[in-house]
Amino acid sequence: MSNVKIPIGPQHPALKEPASFTITLNGERILSMDLRLGYNHRGIEKACEERSYIQCMYLLERVCGICSHSHSTAFIQAVEELAGLEVPKRGLYIRTLVAELERIHSHLLWLGVAGHEVGFDTLLMYSWRDREVVMDLLAALTGNRVNYGMNTVGGVRRDISPDQIKDIQKGLDILEERTKYYVEVATEETTLIERLSGVGYLSPEDARNLGAVGPTGRGSQVDRDVRRDDPYASYGDVSFKVITDDHNDVYGRTLVRVKELFETYGIIRQLLKNMPDGPIAVKAPRRIPAGEALSRYEAPRGEDVHFVKSNGTDKPERVKVRAPTMANLQAVAKMLENNRLADVPIIVAAIDPCFSCTDRSIQIKDPSGGNTGVMSWSQIREYGINWYKKHGIDFKSKGL
Amino acid sequence: MSEETIQKELENKFSGLKGKITIKRKRRIYVDVTDDIFHNVFAFIVKDLKFPILCTITGLDEGETFGAVYHLASEDGIVLNLKNHVPRANPVFRTISEYFPGGIIYERELVDMFGAKVEGLPPGPRYPLPDGWPDGQFPLRKDWKADMLDKKPEDVKNE
Repeated sequence: MSNVKIPIGPQHPALKEPASFTITLNGERILSMDLRLGYNHRGIEKACEERSYIQCMYLLERVCGICSHSHSTAFIQAVEELAGLEVPKRGLYIRTLVAELERIHSHLLWLGVAGHEVGFDTLLMYSWRDREVVMDLLAALTGNRVNYGMNTVGGVRRDISPDQIKDIQKGLDILEERTKYYVEVATEETTLIERLSGVGYLSPEDARNLGAVGPTGRGSQVDRDVRRDDPYASYGDVSFKVITDDHNDVYGRTLVRVKELFETYGIIRQLLKNMPDGPIAVKAPRRIPAGEALSRYEAPRGEDVHFVKSNGTDKPERVKVRAPTMANLQAVAKMLENNRLADVPIIVAAIDPCFSCTDRSIQIKDPSGGNTGVMSWSQIREYGINWYKKHGIDFKSKGL
Repeated sequence: MSEETIQKELENKFSGLKGKITIKRKRRIYVDVTDDIFHNVFAFIVKDLKFPILCTITGLDEGETFGAVYHLASEDGIVLNLKNHVPRANPVFRTISEYFPGGIIYERELVDMFGAKVEGLPPGPRYPLPDGWPDGQFPLRKDWKADMLDKKPEDVKNE
């Protein structure tokens, strides 16, 4: 049979974000893959050159909806290094706490997506239900489910109360219990093991050569984790294991993520127990002295790299961002070789490429008690239009 | 290997690097290199000094020259930022893809965003700009502004 080329993307039901895979097949078997990226390029690096450091921080937080704290922290660490700021210990602890809570929500989100991609939607329903526990904690701590706005140059913007610490501890108990169940599912559920084993094989040599990072690399025995190797924030004060696995396939990547959750719970418990007193931020200058700084951060998907060059003004000369998916996509072509076409979605999903997940309805609560209800987006829109009308602004009369 | 040992090893091997190496803080080394010795220095750092991780490549518009910073990391967390420069009039870098096949995508960024050439870069799709992007427009050059997209190439040339 002659070879056939199948284009998958840039828009395709199996992809959650635009990317173009041209797959060469012999029968059902994948021979090679060509990748075309860039459909989501938004010019953020250029935009940073025209904005103040604090504006850049909020912009960079929006590079990714899931690991937003990762990007803002990676950037702000570089700026703080350039400004010579010493962030108070309590500020660093809170920053690290949000980072680890973000890892929980990201890994649970991934587990659900992986379940969905292999037709195991019960796992999706369970893990996303449990993920709400950590989403509520993040919302209580920061005011937001995503794009937390917790960082500022010189520390964090919100302190944490003793009550919140108790809430987090309670939430961790629930999550830990549920994660034990997921480990059971991942190690005992035959259909899942059979479906994921041997799929998307990436040898340790290829993983190193192609620069795979995070759970994608660690699932192929690449024992690297920036939190341990190049510690930042409060990671020097906590102990944890770097989880690796020798399956070298999608199953290995699954085990790494599930087991990493336990390490994250351990880190959070240590942070809460040893949370120092004191200020949460120091005052930062508007103008940052000229220099260059490179910041690395272990995001849920792997190493996030930000390079900042300053020129003494209040705007950066250059900001460079390397998100972990960029590093991992290089390994996807290798993972796809000799697999079947039907395995493409789970292999691509197994590197955990960035998805956006913000669409939701809003529950409205009357603070005086009484009325509680759910509004759809169209009802919210209608409500907004009427609210402005009552306050003397009629959008229709303005031709909007 | 400590930061100071790495500095000494580099200075012993390449006398031209004396005064060009800065240890800015623990685990951060910055090396400024000229294009004629770049490749030898790069190979020495990767192979002999054991820096097996390429974090990324950052392109810089420095006015008369274009810079490329190769952020290399060792297993024990040290990052060596190796900066090379090529003239703006003839911006040609040599590929490092024989050491890091995964680095191709970062080199394609230098091509698209700065209009640099990368000698030895394997053929493949461009990154990250779209296929219909106008010729001669390189967004990360300092003289590029977003409104130039609406102008014809000849108008941009005359400015």
